[in-house]
Amino acid sequence: MNEITIGLSREDLPNSYIGRSVPRPSVAKLVEGRATYTDDVALPRTLHAAFLRSPHAHARFTVRDTEAALRVPGVVRVFTGHDLAALCTPWVATLEHLKGMKSAPQRPLPLDRATWQGEAVVAVLADTRAAAEDGALALDVEWEALPAQTDMETALKPGAVVIHPELGDNLAFRRTATHGDVDAAFATAHRVVEARFVTGRHTGVTLEGRSILADFNRADGTLTVHHATQAPHMIQEVLAQHLGLPAGKVRVVCKDVGGSFGIKVHVYPDEMAVAAMSVALARPVKFVADRFESFSSDIHARDHRILARIAVAEDGTIIGFDVDDLTGIGPYSVYPRTSAVEGNQVVNLCGGPYRFEHYRCTTTVVLQNKAATCQYRAVGHPIATAVTEGLVDLAAEALGMDPLELRRRNLIADDAYPTTSPAGMRFEGLSHHASLDKLLSMVPLDRIRADQAEARARGVFRGLGFASFIELTNPSPFMYGIGGARISAQDGCTVRMDPDGSVVAASGVTEQGQGTEAILAQIVAHGVGVSVGKVRVVTGDTLATPYGGGTWACRGAGIGGEAALQGALALKAQILEVAGAMLQARPEALDVVMGEVVDRATGTPRMPLGELGRILYFRGDTLPKDLPRELVQTRHYITKEYPFAFTNGIQASWVEVDTDTGMVTLLEHWCVEDCGRIINPLLVDEQVKGGIVQGIGGALYEHCLYDEQGNLLTTTMADYLVPMAAEMPEMHVGHVETPTRESLLGAKGAGEAGTAGAPAAVMNAINDALRPLGARVTEQPFTPARILAALGRI
Amino acid sequence: MSQRTEITLTVNGERVTRSVEARRHLVDFLRLDLGLTGTHAGCEHGVCGACTVRVDGVIVRGCLVVAASLDGAEVTTVEGLADSGEIRALQAAFVARNAAQCGFCTPGMVMTAADILRHHPEATRAEIREHLSGNYCRCTGYQAIVDAVQDVLEAAR
Repeated sequence: MNEITIGLSREDLPNSYIGRSVPRPSVAKLVEGRATYTDDVALPRTLHAAFLRSPHAHARFTVRDTEAALRVPGVVRVFTGHDLAALCTPWVATLEHLKGMKSAPQRPLPLDRATWQGEAVVAVLADTRAAAEDGALALDVEWEALPAQTDMETALKPGAVVIHPELGDNLAFRRTATHGDVDAAFATAHRVVEARFVTGRHTGVTLEGRSILADFNRADGTLTVHHATQAPHMIQEVLAQHLGLPAGKVRVVCKDVGGSFGIKVHVYPDEMAVAAMSVALARPVKFVADRFESFSSDIHARDHRILARIAVAEDGTIIGFDVDDLTGIGPYSVYPRTSAVEGNQVVNLCGGPYRFEHYRCTTTVVLQNKAATCQYRAVGHPIATAVTEGLVDLAAEALGMDPLELRRRNLIADDAYPTTSPAGMRFEGLSHHASLDKLLSMVPLDRIRADQAEARARGVFRGLGFASFIELTNPSPFMYGIGGARISAQDGCTVRMDPDGSVVAASGVTEQGQGTEAILAQIVAHGVGVSVGKVRVVTGDTLATPYGGGTWACRGAGIGGEAALQGALALKAQILEVAGAMLQARPEALDVVMGEVVDRATGTPRMPLGELGRILYFRGDTLPKDLPRELVQTRHYITKEYPFAFTNGIQASWVEVDTDTGMVTLLEHWCVEDCGRIINPLLVDEQVKGGIVQGIGGALYEHCLYDEQGNLLTTTMADYLVPMAAEMPEMHVGHVETPTRESLLGAKGAGEAGTAGAPAAVMNAINDALRPLGARVTEQPFTPARILAALGRI
Repeated sequence: MSQRTEITLTVNGERVTRSVEARRHLVDFLRLDLGLTGTHAGCEHGVCGACTVRVDGVIVRGCLVVAASLDGAEVTTVEGLADSGEIRALQAAFVARNAAQCGFCTPGMVMTAADILRHHPEATRAEIREHLSGNYCRCTGYQAIVDAVQDVLEAAR
């Protein structure tokens, strides 16, 4: 048992909040309509930006006339790429540790060539958004359409359109990981099974579009940017660097964010344009992406084609995986995290839950004339999991073995840690077998198999699919920092007590609805010894919080949470020192429980914190002269032993496939995951459920469809389908807890587990349903048309 | 486009008179002209439901209603439902179930949920899911929202 449950505050104390389902305080404002999203922030003299966007996937353009636009009532200024080139330096999104990676310089607005449909090319500023859009319509721009490279399969072949001639070709990045001797092992294996997998290009569809309100104040040279972002300090660095401002003069403020999922952790050229225009005019400039702009200019993700093989022995032992991944990332790698990371994660994660000897995985990352792809929730995990778990089920089928039995034989043993995977990932402690056992205690396997047999007898096809997975969380500087990106892997928390005994915690991690602020409040309340209602949390302001990385790669609880815990413990020690002086007691003989200093041994109340605060802040003259007075403590935390804290889990999906229509009905879904110490079970379960549904979206519905010319066909919510309430299954979430020993808190991330495993579980369930019919699908999304095609019906 | 119409209507029980452009939709009217930022524009083409508000007792997509057509209408937004206390039980259930994460869909979701409470008090769980299917949520996976609505319906029975 971690000492936090013993030494810090006894588990049964009323302020022992870690591990307890405390309702999230901020939901109250959400149901009152009192949240503050970036578009809700209104500043005097604000100009609103609208962008003319490229109608072509690839085209040269000339801005012939802006006068008509400027004559539109309300329009104030027009900015072209050339105008902004003088205000904002270009960027190239590569990371040094991704060897050989290349991309082209990108600017807020291109100078004379658009490289995807939807790329912003000219900005119009007006006193209202509607007037700015009128202005954009009145622009006279001449377009010369160019051949577009849309198919990633031909991107490196002779005759391909080289999108950036100065790069020589369309290859952005390639990496192969090898372990053992794949060719020899596969040549002699009992069985080799192979398949071609496709994951559909899809996107996050945050209900709140990307939003930015930049406000440059010429008087003091400060740029204040209200921004819907996951990483305020990263944005501060990027704005300062490319606009030529000292970072200390740039403040990024992020209040409520209407969904992120990775979409809002990147640098978007149109948002850089907004900040640059604000600096140019010394007035606030606002831009909120509308839905069309979101579909065509938010990052997309998961556009992969994977050819993969698994080799197994006669007894079901996995011998190796051999994987060839190809992904198209659009015309530019996205700044500053790069668009090579998703493919790189596929290389890192394939085969992840299993013990095997031989591994080869190559990712080939190519440029194309479509919207850029980059990191979206569970980066690379759903792809690697679909490949791995798809192959495991195919191997079980080839061997005539129960897929659960094959998993049991090959999942890394729970007592085998620490261990390193063939892909080179170091695992501190995982629980695949305990998680599988837990899952089977939740899934009524006998009832389901009986139901399945009975249904098949009447021509109804139901299937049960499983997917084990690993998830990368708590990233160290090995993720981005070593590649040269100014993205902090460390995070901090300042915890202070005010005179009334209330506590304020300011953290560098951010809140996008997952409950970061709620868990930080719980941790701080637990650590200091106060009621959770006495803690207020400040996030999302580079001027008011310790420097940190923000929220991505499931780092909020594990890294931000540990910093908060250490800060809270330090504050408590300070409180006890002051209390000891006031009460003439040894600090070690005292404790803080529910906002009162008490005798540690007996629990007898000695002094409320409000009284301690009153004396300290207002009658400091009565205290010993050498007594430290700082009821404020800051602690930072960074992981040091492991590059990442891996988590694990397993999901099961129970579906029915209508073989006449190809429609899939999701009947029920289960997930067991191990995110280490659980701080708030309610919030973890909600993260898992929401993640599952996003994974299901990619598996069944969501698809950014382009035609051969690079025209995006899914630009409305009527064309791009997302999961709705009626079609989602009831979900059951269970847990195994293997705390990381790297921190006192022991927490790892939980936000991406659902998304990582759901598509594979759904795929395996559909294929389990279709197996008696000799049909199989491996190309996401599993649309009715694809299922009917697999059945030979169309 | 610059043609303007003067309208007088009741919003959350208060009489307001404004001159609006012909193209001004109800969401922009509420947010920009009245400062009622609880109502959100999610897609502006009538699919996502984030802009759901009540007009003359019926829930509508605010993005598909032109403000100029609302002379004499009675409009209620999430702020109005919160002030009147009509959704107190729903709000408590949403908090208890954590039925909101980012919260951007929440006001629209609450408007639709309140409509279920008013018009379909006997709704089954499947019917709750059907009724909520015009409101997209990208965070929760819907289960907690369905739970919250079901809790309130059952408590009222």
